[in-house]
Amino acid sequence: MSRKIKINILRQERPLAASNWESFDVPYEHGMNVTTVLQRIAADPVTSGRSPTTPVAYDACCLEEVCGACSMVINGRVRQACSALVDALLEENLGAIELRPMTKFPVIRDLLVDRRSMFASLKRVKAWINIDGYHDLGPGPRISPTEQEQAYPLSKCMTCGCCVEACPQFNDRSAFIGPAAVSQAILFNAHPTGREDRDARLEILSGPGGIADCGNSQNCVKVCPKDIPLTDSIAKAGRDTTLYKVRKWFGR
Amino acid sequence: MAKQHVVVVGGGLAGLSAAMKLAEAGIHVYLISMVPVKRSHSVCAQGGINSVNEYTRQQGDNEWLHFDDTVYGGDFLQNQPPVKEMCDWAPRVIDLLDRLGVPFNRTPEGKRDQRRFGGTMFKRTAFAGATTGQQLIYALDEQVRRWEAEGLVDKYEYWEFLAPIIDENGNCRGVVAQDMFSMDIRSFAADAVVLATGGCGLIYGRSTMSMICTGGAAGRAFRAGVKYANAEFIQVHPTAIPGTDKLRLMSESARGEGGRVWVPTKPQDERDPRSIPPHERYYFLEERYPKYGNLVPRDIATREIFDVCANNGLSVEKERMCVYLDVTELPEDTLKKLEGILEIYEKFQGADPRVVPMKIFPAVHYSMGGLWVDYARNDDTGGVVLASPRNQHSNVPGLFVIGEADYQYHGANRLGANSLLSCIFAGLIVGPSIEAWLKALPDGSAADRPVSLFDGACARQRGRLEKLIAQPGTENPYKLHHELGEVMTRNVTVVRNNKDLRATLDKIGELEERYKNVALSDRGNWTNQNLSFARALEDMVLLARVITQCALKRDECRGAHYKPEFQIQSPDADEPAKLRAQARTWCEAFARQIDRWLKTTIAEFNADGPLISYEDVDVGLIPPRPRTYGLKGAEIIEEVWREMSAQRQSRRAPQSAAAGVAGGSLE
Repeated sequence: MSRKIKINILRQERPLAASNWESFDVPYEHGMNVTTVLQRIAADPVTSGRSPTTPVAYDACCLEEVCGACSMVINGRVRQACSALVDALLEENLGAIELRPMTKFPVIRDLLVDRRSMFASLKRVKAWINIDGYHDLGPGPRISPTEQEQAYPLSKCMTCGCCVEACPQFNDRSAFIGPAAVSQAILFNAHPTGREDRDARLEILSGPGGIADCGNSQNCVKVCPKDIPLTDSIAKAGRDTTLYKVRKWFGR
Repeated sequence: MAKQHVVVVGGGLAGLSAAMKLAEAGIHVYLISMVPVKRSHSVCAQGGINSVNEYTRQQGDNEWLHFDDTVYGGDFLQNQPPVKEMCDWAPRVIDLLDRLGVPFNRTPEGKRDQRRFGGTMFKRTAFAGATTGQQLIYALDEQVRRWEAEGLVDKYEYWEFLAPIIDENGNCRGVVAQDMFSMDIRSFAADAVVLATGGCGLIYGRSTMSMICTGGAAGRAFRAGVKYANAEFIQVHPTAIPGTDKLRLMSESARGEGGRVWVPTKPQDERDPRSIPPHERYYFLEERYPKYGNLVPRDIATREIFDVCANNGLSVEKERMCVYLDVTELPEDTLKKLEGILEIYEKFQGADPRVVPMKIFPAVHYSMGGLWVDYARNDDTGGVVLASPRNQHSNVPGLFVIGEADYQYHGANRLGANSLLSCIFAGLIVGPSIEAWLKALPDGSAADRPVSLFDGACARQRGRLEKLIAQPGTENPYKLHHELGEVMTRNVTVVRNNKDLRATLDKIGELEERYKNVALSDRGNWTNQNLSFARALEDMVLLARVITQCALKRDECRGAHYKPEFQIQSPDADEPAKLRAQARTWCEAFARQIDRWLKTTIAEFNADGPLISYEDVDVGLIPPRPRTYGLKGAEIIEEVWREMSAQRQSRRAPQSAAAGVAGGSLE
């Protein structure tokens, strides 16, 4: 008789509908992760009480923690479902595994939320490099290994939303743009060509919803699945916006 | 004239390159993607992107050699002009990505660092840690976001492509797509459609591909009349991490940086691998292929790993087949360059590959085949005519295909780090081709077509959806999918034989019948993922039939398509004269094989089963030659082949200057 694990999922049929808990008993498989659990439920959507139900809706794509799709709250902690191994989760809590959708984004259905506001924030901070055109103009600027080693960690941001979920300042009462967008602005400000738009980015970060709204809880860096040094970016943004405002005040 | 629109379906490297190039030209783009575009499967690519560069040039490299490595790696199945063009452009493509801010690894002087990849002796591969695909797609995603901010690109993310809209004259006039949340179905009228919808790994159940890589879009285009080419050529990557939900890729760059593949000489040796001394380790790739070693092309590495486990009984584990990929002997700064992929192993297997050898096994990884596309040959350069509307153009006017979804660049086997290149290259060249197409539409604009064309197309898709929702039945689509994956993985991957391929077609027939009885567990009309999967299953079964049927018909070994019953017997005599005679026999058989099989497989949709035909391949620039990769004993074959080719040349010499000698068969 194969061992079953209990999964409790906070479900919601559609936006703004009431939410309700459903439990499932899923046969254990060695090396299972939470996305596998959800796949098994989809193939056999019957609750613990033996009632037929619908497959649980969720966002997942790469299954190897490089795309940022499968963010959800697992046993109270926001993380990627694909890298949440069942063995480790059962060690935390022998009883069951609990899955909830992120709370900082509107629920579309079940565990699937709409994170497109994060992409809108990236537009606001001009998170791109403005180049002359896509025709051939030779190689890019020289970039030292040190500069690359500083840029690469920031560049790993998958826009997964974990930092925003954990951030107390990011909520429906605040306009705070969130740690991810701040860090992206700092990334592009550091690039030789991207530097050209530095003032525009700092203008956004020094305005409403900008860096002044950060409360320094440091939750973001603790939950980032890619270990991005978000608080370093935030600290730099604080310094850079101050200098920017001083420059602006002096008319430079 | 009304504003012209282009629809791009798929937001990976190819789709984003096309969208940004079109937007730069002032052409409005509807970009349709099942996921937010930066989450497209391109994000999984790990190791790097190829081009000739200043470092390799000083070692004697040039674009012609990159071209030669690519067609040799592809077993000469590619039409050569597009491949030549791609290799010529590669350095400039990577320069562009550099300017866009991709954080490529750097040398002490601040230039791009390079590593070596499979199928070449040169360090052609530029990389960004071990997450190059992710970094490339992020740079393109950023560019498209800029165009979106300027109003030139409208993104439809979480939308699924359902069908191309083809009018009574056979012209593509747009697409029908569905909002995956609200389930609304609508048409997008456009004067050009670009399908950049990736590969079809999910047909095999588990693969290295992402959840969206069903091949559904290609299947729907095929159903609508777009030809599918070289379906049977599926790349099985040699090194993947076994798993319950996915076979996670362990990049070729691990071997490029010095990782070694081995098995204990004692079968299923239970000792800790670290305690097994070197003389009790079989480094089989290095011993069997002295020249390329661990970096033989993927099809060869895969077959050897398979052979060592299945035929030599040397799998590391008893319960499942696997071999060691060992990076434990690499220095720390080298391991740092591989951090991203080593983390994946650690995260999902719980063991640190820096300390203990990884266990890996081959997995389905890439489709060399795909929707058929045209090109315009440039007789002066040997490449293609840039900005010709024929480039990347399918047989349906107005419908273009790029990226893994096309069949154009990799022939019978793809070299590592060439895909990131081919996807971006195809996306960049389709832009000017579409610009030319839009300026000279042969049959007027989509805007002039009657509304009934678009309404009818939507109505048909709504009807299909309603039928599926209402269908009573007993079959579970996930179970059917599982059975499909099992039979395809067992019979249509590394080692193929006609008996099992025929049995596979029978099984596919059974699945087609059972599909008519498939029942949804969710019949709702909001964010119905069950419906989307069940609908894609029909397309997966269709493409599985195309792949298997094409594999059945091709009776030879070429690149990734390996049918031992038709393998030409290798020379193995000890006595030199006998060996030479065997080599001659081998070369004659090889020449006959070129005559008979060096052709593109073309499949066309038909209600009673795909119609299969063959098309000549343009091998005018580099004549086909035996593909040996420094295998022991191959020297004699290469020597005899050279002699036979020289004899052929001298016989043809009087006419050759006038006719322009092309490679190919012996008379």
